[in-house]
Amino acid sequence: MSIQAKPLPKVELPPLRQIGQPLRRIDAMEKCVGVTRYSADYAMTNMLHAKVLRSSKPHARITKLDISKALAYPGVEAVLTSDDMPNQTLVTDMPGQTGQQRRAGSDAPVLAKEIVRFYGEAIALVAAQSLDIAERAVKLIEVEYEELVGVFDTEEAMKPGAPIVFAPDNIVAEHKVKRGDMEKGFAEADLIVEREYRMPYIDHAYLEPESGVAWVDDQGVVHIRVCTQVVEHYRSIALALGLSQNKVHIEGTLLGGGFGGKEDITVEIYIGLLAMKTKKPVRLEYTREESLKAHSKRHPFIIRHKTGVKKNGKITASQVRLISNSGAYVFLSPYVLMYATSSAVGPYYVENVDLHGYSVATNNPFSSAFRGFGAAQACVAYEQHMDEIAKEIGMDRLELRKVNYIQTGQTTATGAEITSAAWLEETVTHSLAKLGEKSKPSADHIKIGHGFASYMQSYGRIMFFHDTSQAWVTLEQDGGVTIRCGVPDLGAGQISALCQIAAEVLGVSMLEDVVIYYTDSALTPLAGTSTATRQLYMSGNAVLMAATSVRTNVLTFAAEKFDVTLDDMDIAERKAFVKTDPTKFIALDDLAKQSAAAGVELSNLSMFKAPFCERPDPETGQGEIWPDFTFGAMAVEVAVDMETGEVSVLKSVACHDIGRAINPVAVEGQIQGGGMQGLGYGLMEDLIVDQGYLKTHSFAEYLIPTAYDMPAIQTIILESGTGKGPFGAKGIGEPSLTPGAPALANAVADAIAARVTQLPLTPERVLAAIKQKKEFV
Amino acid sequence: MEEKTINLTVNGRKHELKITPNTTLLRALRDQLGYTEVKNGCESGDCGACTVIMDGKAVNSCMVLIWQADGSEIVTVTGLGDANHPHPIQQAFADSGASQCGFCTPGMVMSTYTLLEENPHPNEDEIRMALSGNLCRCTGYGHIVQAVQQAAEEMSSSGGQK
Repeated sequence: MSIQAKPLPKVELPPLRQIGQPLRRIDAMEKCVGVTRYSADYAMTNMLHAKVLRSSKPHARITKLDISKALAYPGVEAVLTSDDMPNQTLVTDMPGQTGQQRRAGSDAPVLAKEIVRFYGEAIALVAAQSLDIAERAVKLIEVEYEELVGVFDTEEAMKPGAPIVFAPDNIVAEHKVKRGDMEKGFAEADLIVEREYRMPYIDHAYLEPESGVAWVDDQGVVHIRVCTQVVEHYRSIALALGLSQNKVHIEGTLLGGGFGGKEDITVEIYIGLLAMKTKKPVRLEYTREESLKAHSKRHPFIIRHKTGVKKNGKITASQVRLISNSGAYVFLSPYVLMYATSSAVGPYYVENVDLHGYSVATNNPFSSAFRGFGAAQACVAYEQHMDEIAKEIGMDRLELRKVNYIQTGQTTATGAEITSAAWLEETVTHSLAKLGEKSKPSADHIKIGHGFASYMQSYGRIMFFHDTSQAWVTLEQDGGVTIRCGVPDLGAGQISALCQIAAEVLGVSMLEDVVIYYTDSALTPLAGTSTATRQLYMSGNAVLMAATSVRTNVLTFAAEKFDVTLDDMDIAERKAFVKTDPTKFIALDDLAKQSAAAGVELSNLSMFKAPFCERPDPETGQGEIWPDFTFGAMAVEVAVDMETGEVSVLKSVACHDIGRAINPVAVEGQIQGGGMQGLGYGLMEDLIVDQGYLKTHSFAEYLIPTAYDMPAIQTIILESGTGKGPFGAKGIGEPSLTPGAPALANAVADAIAARVTQLPLTPERVLAAIKQKKEFV
Repeated sequence: MEEKTINLTVNGRKHELKITPNTTLLRALRDQLGYTEVKNGCESGDCGACTVIMDGKAVNSCMVLIWQADGSEIVTVTGLGDANHPHPIQQAFADSGASQCGFCTPGMVMSTYTLLEENPHPNEDEIRMALSGNLCRCTGYGHIVQAVQQAAEEMSSSGGQK
């Protein structure tokens, strides 16, 4: 039976000239002809090369650390250990905002002192005249360990008597969301469905490994050119280097991918320390193996759902228990846990909820941000669980969701009201209609399955961070436009979107007339992190404010010339003109010159402030957490080989309401790329850590989707125009990933009539589920 | 190890370099000769970001030792065109949204170049197979496949090579 797409409510979007056009991104051509410079592409005179000595044990006491041979090696200029650190700890406060409440004593040291808590933890730094010498010198550092009993499994780590990663116990964060009456909710239910879902460690696997170059200038300022998602880390870096904040300068480059993995500090402090010590420029570039060892991972989760449901499909109560593996250091674990716990019931209105999450320390790689930030893991569980509930009560899985989908005006589990369009039925039915009828299996042992997943996910940061972004827009006297904005561009088109907005407002050509200066902690106004799907929302609004201010200034001046009002004027194609009589116009460069001569301001620095609120109540989690949500769905068709367990994706469709597309090609790129990461999460990605030891050291072992693995994701972009971003845009960076894995898992369950509850869905697991089902029949 | 003299032609320009012969072609190109458009993504032949053309064939430059490249002709992505005069493959990649972070792009473009030399009218399956050694983490490959198709069309309608 084919699904009909639900007709869309009528939306009238204001007509615009450049917003919504599939313009070539401003950085695209330079990337395709190979002239874009990434952080590892910079070299300087007298530059030294750095290497990091890393722990070969997951949990051990360092009994000997002798650097004398390394230091004596010809060409070595510095070897540093924790004894050389001005401050021992790496403060991973949420940058630039009101503070994080981390447990005392759990901060990650920049360099291990006495104890190492995970395999790959940094112990010492070397700077030498060549990379070759640095590599040899690292091997000459003598380290001896006394191995300590480690703890690697979160449930083991929670038991009394488990080895402790940090005193007093391994639970490094907890988050609770409660409302309604659970007893009443379960009593009203006709059936209670309980299931457990598990997700593995995965790696961001950006193509560009972490790198940077640092040098010290004549003022004593440490300059760090680095690929980072967060220039505001300069404050934490200053603390670690023992400098005042105005003596650290982050010059961010375009990133070769981030996905959350360059949200925490990577090489910055190491090269800053070495440059200060040697008084020479120092470059550090991680190898792929080092990148896989050293940077954060997506949190593995165990998520248990217990749901009360009536025969008509209405969910009466939802109890969810979540355990995330924070690994050896806390980093952003409390916030990832808050996202996961607060999102745990999904895009459904549930009156009675009891959601309780724990983040647990282990002697594994540390977990932190990864596109989706806990909300993706929550969706893997809640959307598989909706299919399980449907099966238990014998109801169609789409009908079950329709009964429960949250509506605009209703409140989330934390009691926050949905204020924008909640196009859940629209996005899922458009996806399913496009997916169409099931394909015919190519052989008797092949089964075809269809699955889908709906989601809602925040864009913009947690509101109690009191988030802001600034942009500075200037109309030059030749009619060009200059934007200065501290936004980091991860590759998703963050800077290009800002240029497209300024071009629209000031009536110039994006590709010919607009230049943007970006990602500089000292020279561009701070715009906050490129995380949390916030830059289009935050910096987009800041650029819109600044450009609109400049536009108003020059049009007010022009209106006087033509003896009309401001409202009668418009700008397009580098001309300011009277709307009713476009023969009355002035070229933008002339207008800029004349305005400047008359003292009209051609420049504006604006700050956009997201709505602020207080922290939610710690006992109930009730309160507003995010400014708004994106809603969408994916639908997937798979073929499963019942003899080998192999899963092939035959088709997939993603449909999201993104509010308004600033650049539809860029939006489609986010949807296809994020969706593919989600499908990879479901199908193949698995960072294997065995008793604390990483077993996947390369892209030959840690597998991500190749061009040959899956067909392109078909995309449907819906525009409700109701977002809080510029021109009604919502965010799509992280949400694009979220429904991929659960849609795939639901398709496989549909094909084999059994469920694999642990990602990824490897042939072994699929085959085991098929076999187990046969034994029960 | 003793240094040896190696001769290379890169994008039509001759280079003579003194280098230890076990240096990889990738490191020689990036660190010694300044061809930083050749990207270092893994140094183990798994990601394809360092793909260049060596004597007409696409190779992972991290898997070639410099003595093996002695006397060879190398083409990198900057050898195909520049921003004012891009190669049709570069133009198609830029116009189709095939480059997001751009780190895989130089390698992708070179693998595409080899593909279209050998097979000017590839179908989607052949494109995907030819690019399966070049990882991309941003695009999900949809726009890349479109770009290759667009470039193939453009190159055949303009009479093959530009």
